[in-house]
Amino acid sequence: MRERVRSPEGGGGEATEHRRRESAAPSSKAARASGNAGWWMLILPAFLLMTGFYIAPILQVLAISVTEPTVGLDNYERLLTNAGVQRAIVTTLRIGIITTAIALFLGYALSYVIALASPRAQRWWLLGVLVPLWISVLVRAFAWVTLLRRQGLVNEGLRSLGAIDAPLELVWNEFGIVVGMVHYMVPYAVLPMLASMREIDPRLLAAARGLGASRFTAFSRIFLPLSTPGLIAAGVLVFIFSLGFYITPAILGGGKTLMAAEWIKIQILDIVRWGMGTMLATVLVVAILVTLAIFSRVVNLKRVFGAGA
Amino acid sequence: MNGAVPGHALTLERLTKRYGGFTAVVDASLTVEQGQFLTLLGPSGSGKTTILMMIAGFVAPSEGRILLDGRDITVLPPEKREFGMVFQGYALFPHMTVAENIAFPLRVRGLARADRDARVRATLDLVQLTQFAERRPTQLSGGQQQRVALARALVFDPALLLLDEPLSALDKKLRAELQEELKTLHRRIGRTFVNVTHDQEEAMSLSDRVAILNHGKLVQMGGPVELYERPRTRFVADFLGKSNMISARVAEARQGGAVLTAGGTRLVQAMDGARAGEAVLLSLRPERITVLTAGETAENVVDGRIASAAFLGAGHSVTVETADLGRLRVTIPTWQASVAPEEGVPLRLGWSADAAAPVADDEDA
Ligand SMILES: Nc1ncnc2c1ncn2[C@@H]1O[C@H](COP(=O)(O)OP(=O)(O)O)[C@@H](O)[C@H]1O
Ligand SMILES: [Mg+2]
Repeated sequence: MRERVRSPEGGGGEATEHRRRESAAPSSKAARASGNAGWWMLILPAFLLMTGFYIAPILQVLAISVTEPTVGLDNYERLLTNAGVQRAIVTTLRIGIITTAIALFLGYALSYVIALASPRAQRWWLLGVLVPLWISVLVRAFAWVTLLRRQGLVNEGLRSLGAIDAPLELVWNEFGIVVGMVHYMVPYAVLPMLASMREIDPRLLAAARGLGASRFTAFSRIFLPLSTPGLIAAGVLVFIFSLGFYITPAILGGGKTLMAAEWIKIQILDIVRWGMGTMLATVLVVAILVTLAIFSRVVNLKRVFGAGA
Repeated sequence: MNGAVPGHALTLERLTKRYGGFTAVVDASLTVEQGQFLTLLGPSGSGKTTILMMIAGFVAPSEGRILLDGRDITVLPPEKREFGMVFQGYALFPHMTVAENIAFPLRVRGLARADRDARVRATLDLVQLTQFAERRPTQLSGGQQQRVALARALVFDPALLLLDEPLSALDKKLRAELQEELKTLHRRIGRTFVNVTHDQEEAMSLSDRVAILNHGKLVQMGGPVELYERPRTRFVADFLGKSNMISARVAEARQGGAVLTAGGTRLVQAMDGARAGEAVLLSLRPERITVLTAGETAENVVDGRIASAAFLGAGHSVTVETADLGRLRVTIPTWQASVAPEEGVPLRLGWSADAAAPVADDEDA
């Protein structure tokens, strides 16, 4: 737990989780309030904790972004004029989309194999998917550096096989960042997709084939549409997570590729422009909330995340 | 696929299926003629679904061959067999409407849209679901879902229709109704049907032929009447309705029959190849026993006393305690019982030489 709080990636994950709960709450709140008031006493401590440690700091961030250095929307105006912040946003979106696409593809294939495996094999597969979640993000990022650097295992291996003459640039660029982020995100992609695939009756695939469909048609007409809700949920989850990555891009990007989180850190800690830093932070939070709001109109949010947990 | 003859003949040759060390189906051979309605009947776990899955192509036989009109189809994949199948639990596609479900087999065959729509409409009509075309399967009752599954399996003119417990998920009244519909449908379209059930009444009322399975073995196959009247084993006699089992010994073999003794009682029984001294097990249906009035006689006569009686509407089910044959269950039609049978009343029972059937004792097989 302490590990997660210390690492911004883990922190980002938890923050997203809170945001999720928050946005899922209104419908359930309404339902429960009519049920009984005693229930409210039970969640009161959690509510106070959340307000104190989460909502209040966010409001403070929002406040700073419209008061430093002067009161007004000057900081937000820079979104339109400042090339640096625009580059950081575009880079973040680009890497986020690429990461999401690759993580979804790998995660879908993995979930498909797991969902159709025997119950015994499923347990082992799932363990294999979940174990990386318990390894610190720092350890994983440095592990990728050792593998991908110029004298790393991959380059040395390819060279000794004669496949390449000069080492490939695999790290300290966007490629390295994407590798690290995909590796981090695949388990998060697998969980919601696996949950929705497990609800598919395997007899439906047999029925499709018995009715004349090839293996591929059975997959594309039956399995794929039935697993789409999980695919969408995983996509939103992974994309939101990718926007907040900090440690992985910092280590695997080698300081050359700036994503939003690192850009914020530079603004606040290195050049001490609190207004700009908090402005982008606020933009990120809003972007995430908007994504979730759109998504919750398409799919039953609580069911998707509840099933994924 | 279908020429002048709508139905196709299916032959199973010595089919065996092993799962690891466990044998689910042993050496099953049978033939279904064109247009016949065959039912595989057996208790749960007897291998019915496994046989059906081998016919459909989802399960590969460990040994043996499957022939369609004499052509070997043992290794043909399921989608190439052109068999319609109604799965246990129906397996309707939940993300498609009723009409889309039924159109699915036509769509994967690449039929033109107009042709497809016409066939779907005709099939919806056949199973009387026209007004439900745009509903989802989850919005239908069990009986309606069953009919959608049937329509989906029939819409592409399959060579053979396979049904895995198509009625067992329905309540009793609906089941009887749909049994009737299924029978009418079979007569109307003239296709070959292979049905699976564990319900002996359903099997008897629907089928031209019934194959009885036990522990993966095909025990006996025949028409419903033949199986009921002439069971070859104790299992078949017990499984198809109620039966009295009488253990006896051959005292004297005759032409086409034998004189048997059971304790001090002598019985005459029509049978072939009896040998003096041999033990014989007879299956005697309760309704083949008559209650003899004073002065009346029969080929076999046994005295007893009523141990218990129950009134069932159409008749009385009476258990009679006898000296040598143990308890015999007797069905007395209501119109024949002059007074209500009561406990302790002495009765004289009689039956003819061909009323009982000699059976093999396979109960612990
Ligand atoms: N895939 C399988 N692996 C192992 N055993 C199986 C498998 N499928 C069926 N069996 C076994 O084979 C036997 C017959 O099963 P099944 O054909 O489904 O019976 P029924 O349909 O008559 O109830 C059962 O004992 C079942 O446990
Ligand atoms: Mg079965």
